[in-house]
Amino acid sequence: MKKTVKKLYLFLIYLFLYAPVFTLIIFSFNNSKSRAHWDGFTLRWYGELFQDRQIISSLSYTLTVALLASLMATIVGTAAAVGIFNMNRLAKSFVMNLTYLPVLNPDIVTGISLMILFIFMNLKLGFVTLLLAHITFNLPYVILSVLPKLKQLNKHLYEAALDLGAVPLHAFRKVILPEIMPGVITGFLLAFTLSLDDFIISFFTTGSGVSTLSITVYSMARRGVNPKINALSTLMFIVVLVLLLIINKRSSGGEDSSGAKETAKLSNLI
Amino acid sequence: MKKGWISYPYIFWMILFTLVPLILVLYYSLTATDPSGVTVFTAENFRTFMQPIYMKVLMRSVILALASTLICLLLGYPVAMILSGRDLSHRNLMVLLFIIPMWMNFLLRTYAWMTILDRKGVINSLLGMAGLPQLNILYTDAAVILGMVYNFLPFMVLPIFSVLSKIDRSVVEAAEDLGSDSFTVFRRIIFPLSLPGVVSGITMVFMPAVTTFIISKLLGGSQYMLIGNLIEDQFTRVYDWNFGSAVSIVMMLLILVSMGVMSRYDKEEMGGGLL
Repeated sequence: MKKTVKKLYLFLIYLFLYAPVFTLIIFSFNNSKSRAHWDGFTLRWYGELFQDRQIISSLSYTLTVALLASLMATIVGTAAAVGIFNMNRLAKSFVMNLTYLPVLNPDIVTGISLMILFIFMNLKLGFVTLLLAHITFNLPYVILSVLPKLKQLNKHLYEAALDLGAVPLHAFRKVILPEIMPGVITGFLLAFTLSLDDFIISFFTTGSGVSTLSITVYSMARRGVNPKINALSTLMFIVVLVLLLIINKRSSGGEDSSGAKETAKLSNLI
Repeated sequence: MKKGWISYPYIFWMILFTLVPLILVLYYSLTATDPSGVTVFTAENFRTFMQPIYMKVLMRSVILALASTLICLLLGYPVAMILSGRDLSHRNLMVLLFIIPMWMNFLLRTYAWMTILDRKGVINSLLGMAGLPQLNILYTDAAVILGMVYNFLPFMVLPIFSVLSKIDRSVVEAAEDLGSDSFTVFRRIIFPLSLPGVVSGITMVFMPAVTTFIISKLLGGSQYMLIGNLIEDQFTRVYDWNFGSAVSIVMMLLILVSMGVMSRYDKEEMGGGLL
């Protein structure tokens, strides 16, 4: 009896969690504009999606920004993590606080504060500012992915390489980098996913003409429900799902199996 | 490896793009431009925020966030308990299944609720088929709370689950051996031990709930005002940066204070990771 109640309760909660997801996916194949009636299977909305110039342009902006921002963040962040790892206590705690600042700050504050900065700096809001903002919010996650790998590293490896005559850069490339590579790749994938997924910060830091998929969805959604959004949502969900399953698999066994930014935030807090 | 300079680009970047912007927000919140175009320091922006109309927005944000936090706790605690009671192999799969919907972009998840709650949406067509009266909660407080609970429920469940699954079984068995019934075991042993998770959960739900502007915009309608919408308006429609910055500062203080309050209850058990 007690077991049945538990099972039923869990079932209802999962139903609550999955209902919206499945509704979106199912109605993306619905052959009518209606949100309530099923008029047969169609791929029409997917076809229209790829003919919509606004959606194609925001798709290309989304991918370009996510790729460039996560690459930049990975390079700068990995270097920074190595530097931070070797800092003294005081400097380290200052830098780590700086790292946690954007992680803990509400996105809307990060968004408007960057917008103020860009306008203050006389930068025209658009692609460049969007890219700068994405690099900024990606950086902490790269560092938080790489630092644990550095902590696991055998300290003497690097010294051994130097003793055997490697110059520091060579030793870093041949000895340290391969060892921390899993963390670097996880950091890159996490950054890429967060970039794809971001709405709030992009919303405030981009200008007219440059919009990401999330921003396009938002502006379409405000005008009401639209089956093309369902198709787009389904595709976005599948892409993010695959990326996060990969990240999750890579970091399983580790302390955090952070998926979305929120989960990452969560695992940092507790 | 001993060279700190390779982190300098990062430190420079973070100072320029996180610290300086926040200082600018603080600067704007404390200044105003008088009619002759001169910028003066003033507390006027904060005084504006004290007006009843804005205090109402603040109160409403706090109340809705508290309500959703409470609902998340009531719904989420049993989920965490059931999940942590599962055997290990089963448990990881169930937790993964629990997290996956959260991986959908939260804008899309919220939009999905528009589809479901719409006047001619899924719920009403189901109710119609069953011959039941229609439910029109889209663009009301109830829809906004529903959206918050839906989006933030995992933040309540996961920390509680993580604490519950670390509780030593033998403590519970000892209590049972000493004659406690299962309710007493829960009240005296399990619940007190799970408090750190509850505290993290409350913080993790309250913070995003009180700062959201998307859930309220999509599910509450375009006229709906929470503190997040107020800030958004100042920067995208009204262009009153000074007032918008002041509201942002108030919101940051609100979050700092609530985090501070919560962390006082969370002294002992820090640093337990998720899952």
